[in-house]
Order: sequence, then C-alpha cells, then structure tokens
Amino acid sequence: MPNDKKSQKIVDIIQNAARKHSLFVLAYGTGCGAIEIPPTMTSRYDAERFGIRGMATPRQADVLLVTGYLATKTLKRVIRAYEQMQDPKYVIGFGSCTINGGMYWDSYNTIKLLDKYIPVDVYINGCMPRPEAVIEGFIELQGLIKDGKANGATKYKENIDWYRANQKKVIKNWNMPDYNW
Amino acid sequence: MDNSIWISILGFLATITLAFVVGVFYGGLVRKVTARIQNRVGPPFYQNFFDIVKLYSKTTAINHGWMQHLGPAFAITASVTSLMFIPILNGQGDMMWFENLNFKGDLIFLLYMMVFGSLGMALGAGQTGNPYSAIGVSRGLSQMVGYEIPWVLALVAIMMQAETTSITGLIDYQNANDTWMMFESPLAFIAGLLAMLGMFHYAPFDVPFAPAELASGPASEFGGKYLALMMTSGAIMAFVKLVLFVDIFMGGASNLVMLLVKTFLLYMVPVLYGVVSPRYRTEQSIRYFWGWPTAIGVLGVLYVVFIR
Repeated sequence: MPNDKKSQKIVDIIQNAARKHSLFVLAYGTGCGAIEIPPTMTSRYDAERFGIRGMATPRQADVLLVTGYLATKTLKRVIRAYEQMQDPKYVIGFGSCTINGGMYWDSYNTIKLLDKYIPVDVYINGCMPRPEAVIEGFIELQGLIKDGKANGATKYKENIDWYRANQKKVIKNWNMPDYNW
Repeated sequence: MDNSIWISILGFLATITLAFVVGVFYGGLVRKVTARIQNRVGPPFYQNFFDIVKLYSKTTAINHGWMQHLGPAFAITASVTSLMFIPILNGQGDMMWFENLNFKGDLIFLLYMMVFGSLGMALGAGQTGNPYSAIGVSRGLSQMVGYEIPWVLALVAIMMQAETTSITGLIDYQNANDTWMMFESPLAFIAGLLAMLGMFHYAPFDVPFAPAELASGPASEFGGKYLALMMTSGAIMAFVKLVLFVDIFMGGASNLVMLLVKTFLLYMVPVLYGVVSPRYRTEQSIRYFWGWPTAIGVLGVLYVVFIR
C-alpha cells in the first residue's frame, strides 16, 4: 500500500503543493544584484505573499539565489553552500552575469555560464532585474515545482562527474569535503 | 478491556492535535499581524502549515553525532509532556477530552519540565559544532537565567496566596472566589507578563536567534525534518505557555471559544511589543529582567505575605 503508485502520486501532489507555497531562500549576495533583494522582501514588493522567505543558513534553505557575477573564488563557496543544502533544492540564476558573463565577459577570473557548475532551474535576465522580474522568476519556479519539473538536484547527482570536472577546471586549489547526500 | 484507557488515548491525541493546530495557526496570524503593521500584505494565515508539511517532506542527510539527532526529540518530548499537565479547560464545561494528567503534576514540576526542552536543544545544537549554534545557545541560556527569576517570583506569589501548588487548585481558588488572579495579586501578574515577553523570544528579546547576526542561532545546523520537529515543538510550547498563563492568572476558560479569545489577546502582548522594537544586546536583556520585573516580583511576594 505505501509503495503503491497511485498513493505515491497523491503524496507527490500534496508535497509539491507544500513545496510550491513555501520557498526558503538563501540569497548568495556577492554580486551587485543583491541590492534588489531588500526591496523584493520588504514592504514595497513583499515577496512573503507567495511564501518566499529569507533563510540565513544553507541547511534550512530550499532555493539558492545567486545574484550576479561569480568570481572563481566565490564559485567555490557557492558550490559548498549548494552541496550543504538538503533535497529537494533549487537554484535561481539572477542577472545577465549568470547567463553569459554579462559585462564581465572578458574578465580573467569570473565564470560565464553558471549552469556548467551547478544546475540552474530558472534564470532571471536583466542587468539588474527589477523586483517585479525577481518575483516573476520565483513564480516561474513555483510552476515548475508544482509540475514536478524542477529537478536540478537529481540532474546534479546523475551528472556529478561532468559538473566536478568543470568545477575543478576553474578552481585550481580544490580541497573540499565530499558530501554524501 | 477497560474503556477508560481508550478514552485517555483518544483524549491525548485530541489534545495534541488541538495544541498543534492552534499553535501553528497563531504562528501564521503573528506573521500576518507583523506584515500588516509593516504595511505589507503578508503571507496567508495558513502559511505555517505549508512550511511544516514541506519541511517534513525534505530529506535530511546531516549527521554530526547522536546528540544532534536527539536534541529536537528532547524538545518535542518536553512540549508534549508539559501539555499533558496543563488543564486546557477549567472544568466547568465539558472537559472529558482534555483531562490527561492534569491532577498529577504541580507548578513546580512544570517549571522544570518547560526548561527541559531548551536544555535538550542546547545539547543538540552544541554537538553540531557550528559556531553560531554555540553562541546562540550561550545567549539563550543566559537569557533564560534572566527571565526565570521574575517568572518564579510571580509563581511563588500566587502559590502563597492560593496556598496550593497545583494548577487545578489555583483554578478552583479563582472560581471559588469568583475572581481572577490578575486582579487578586496584580504585581505578580505584571512580573509574570514581563517575564513572558522573554519566554516567547520575540523582539527585543530575540537575542538567541538574532537572524541578522547569528544566522538563526541554535537552529542554524538543523534543516529539513529536524527544523520541522522544532517548529512543531515551538508551536505546541507557545500554546502551553499561553494556556498556563490563562489558567493561573485569568481563571482558565470554560469552553474552547473563550480559550481562544483569552490566549489570543494574551499572545498579542509580546507580539505587538516585539513588532515595534529593535533587539537588545545579551547583557541589556538580562539587566532588563533583573531590574524592574524582578523588583515588581519581589514586591508582589511581599504584598501577599504582609498585606493579604
């Protein structure tokens, strides 16, 4: 009975509804995009209406919000924070810099495409995206979660070798703990 | 088979369900009230149910040692045990379902039981090795030393006045004299109310959790199901504190509607005070509790001893 396919489907629907309406966000605010997070969360745009809430530690968070460019140094910290988060987890790439490097295209120490290093579920483009765009991105993610399509974390586990190779290519001094999820 | 055992078990389940639903519902209302005061729309009042269901359905693959796994279990054990000793209704109405262990424990036992959860959490958070947890635990325990003193003084005053330590005895005393303890010994009530501000850990006394400086304090290494257990236990514990306060100072409640009205009004005191306050530093918080609340508590005890 518990492993029955139909009952599993019902459980999935309930769980996905709860996940959709309750997103705890770990805002990794090293890029300039972090300046758009306070207005998104506070009175003017009030993201808490949709159950979106800031969390201070990766252990409690569901969504990793990477705001803007990532230097190779900060990429290491992002990977570490991402791997400490508990399943199911999602990543939102915020701003042009996570898509194609943005204005840091020619830089010697920033990465260009975030998806090569950690699996991104939703991109929000713009430089900067306004708070409306940020909320739009979150609602996009909620739709994906409801349909059960936001499976970046499983993609990461399945293709861990490819991701690790990419990560080690840009991070020269790799000494990181191994996580067993 | 004896029927009374089944009635006790069903009553136990009914009490836990009631405490959980009311506690989580109040948590959502607090978020809504906070949002309205900050001129926001805020999350729906059932938001906390979504949060808890989601957290229970997360995987949890964190292992720092067995004490870390036991910490949240201690917390929920303490909450449920305290709940069993609190009379939910005051016996004038229909209270068959909520009787539980009401007549077997007294206020002094409950004082110890309510601290047990925090100590369990402190042990659990200590083992995670996260520096934020360690700082949060030391702050939380220091603050507990602060607010326990006016709280115990308030309880001593009313226990001396009613000449009983039993909670049901206190309720009977209030019903027999047709009065509320908050009017009988107002100084004790004020001291207890000020101590309650610290017990609920809303601002300005959210020193141990301090989201802006300590991540989330003791809970910073607990995610997924552990956080869900802690939120459940917190919701039940909030209900326990409110009902205990209503029982000993406001004459209990004869039906559920009256209980909800009284506890909600009481809950708004720390919440509204918290919404408009910034956060104290640790030593400011302790100094606050050892100042006026303790002085009022001592005066309350003296009032009972010499004047009444």
